[in-house]
Amino acid sequence: MNNNSYLKNAAIEGLLTEMAQDIRSRLDTAQISDPAMIGIHTGGAWLAERLHQGLAIGSPLGTLDISFYRDDFTRIGMNPEVKPSHIPFPVEDRHIILVDDVLHTGRTIRAAMNEIFDYGRPASIMLVSLVERSGRELPIQADVVGIHTPLDADQHITLSGPEPLALTINQGGRNARKDCTT
Amino acid sequence: MTPSDIQLQADGRLRHFLTIDGLDRRLLTDILDTAESFTGVSERTIKKVPLLRGKVICNLFFENSTRTRTTFEVAAKRLSADVLNLNISTSATTKGETLLDTLRNLEAMHVDMFVVRHADSGAAHFIARHAAPHVSVINAGDGRHAHPTQAMLDMFTIRRNKGDFTGLRVAIVGDILHSRVARSQILALNTLGTSEVRVIAPRTLLPADCRSLGVHVFHDLEQGIRDVDVIIMLRLQKERMRGALLPSEHEYFQLYGLTETRLRQARDDAIVMHPGPINRGVEMDSQVADGPRSVILQQVSFGIAIRMAVMSMALGSQAGGQA
Repeated sequence: MNNNSYLKNAAIEGLLTEMAQDIRSRLDTAQISDPAMIGIHTGGAWLAERLHQGLAIGSPLGTLDISFYRDDFTRIGMNPEVKPSHIPFPVEDRHIILVDDVLHTGRTIRAAMNEIFDYGRPASIMLVSLVERSGRELPIQADVVGIHTPLDADQHITLSGPEPLALTINQGGRNARKDCTT
Repeated sequence: MTPSDIQLQADGRLRHFLTIDGLDRRLLTDILDTAESFTGVSERTIKKVPLLRGKVICNLFFENSTRTRTTFEVAAKRLSADVLNLNISTSATTKGETLLDTLRNLEAMHVDMFVVRHADSGAAHFIARHAAPHVSVINAGDGRHAHPTQAMLDMFTIRRNKGDFTGLRVAIVGDILHSRVARSQILALNTLGTSEVRVIAPRTLLPADCRSLGVHVFHDLEQGIRDVDVIIMLRLQKERMRGALLPSEHEYFQLYGLTETRLRQARDDAIVMHPGPINRGVEMDSQVADGPRSVILQQVSFGIAIRMAVMSMALGSQAGGQA
């Protein structure tokens, strides 16, 4: 297995600033004044924390662990490191900004949206992802993306953090991450 | 085959949940952590996650228990599983055969998990040994032997209120002899690293081997609960008592009933637990049961999260085994 550093903290912070601007202009265009933000465990939650602060969002930040909504439970079983989901605001009729680190197959986002709907019916969901890579298996796309990264099927990109943030590309090891549903 | 062998997969994950005996601290902590993440589900608009959708869980109750059966049922439904409830009255003579026949019939209905409550010790093990390979068994109380999900929900309640087990003094009061709950609690408390576990009971309600369980034995309530952090009161198991083990319930309350006055012996922040149902005025005063130290209703709520954790871990490991 081969690990390559892809982006370091400063570069990621730069991307986050651009993403925050993009989110702001989309909110303005859609005339959304009071959005709420949810980060997906674990990497998405780190990024959401920074974006939430940067955009000065009024509602407290929500976090989502999609382990109970995964479509591969019957194949791989229970994730032993599952964290509680925590949505500290009513989802009903809210405009939600959903943040993840890497958009890959789209299955995590499918699971996350199902989970959000179990808290209530949001007015809209905007998908924000630091990395958009190739390999989509579901018709899901991000609204705001930090960087587009074309990768081979056997390459994996991983965000580590929370301090400092870093993106690493792993070559060849399918088992490089326990959670391969990105 | 020892109990711990049968309840674990080759990779160490939980396959059945029959007893605390043989499970290590890491696994017990995993159960508590997983339950922690399930507690939020009960507070949502839709109190359900799709984890066990399409699975069939059968509550096989040979002995009545409204609370335990209900919390298992609620737990299974919050996980989106389908639930069959069977209350089977036991016929003492033909039990062995009946049990196996019942089992085969239910397996033919493609049940994925049995939750078993039985008056005989070892009944859940028996079913686990004879069940089809893809079926998981959860022990919901067998005779005087074990009641592991009750013990784990008690551990969860203690951890939620006290943070950690190291440094804690825990007293278990009452009918230790007939209590599968006490046996499982003592094992779990010791495995999780509790500093001191005490049992407080009259000599007639203590098992002969009880010191070998790793506990300090007291016969006087006030002496026993001095400076403890947690008091667990047990129900008098009147239905399991044969012969004159107690002079009378009144007498028992005089000596072992928990009152506000006696509670002053414990630490100021001590919590009072009881697995239910409470015999008010026998094991404790209503003042204590409904008082600020009582966490009895928390135990019921946490029972759902613990059962969700154990069910999903056992059925999840089955899944992994087939992959």
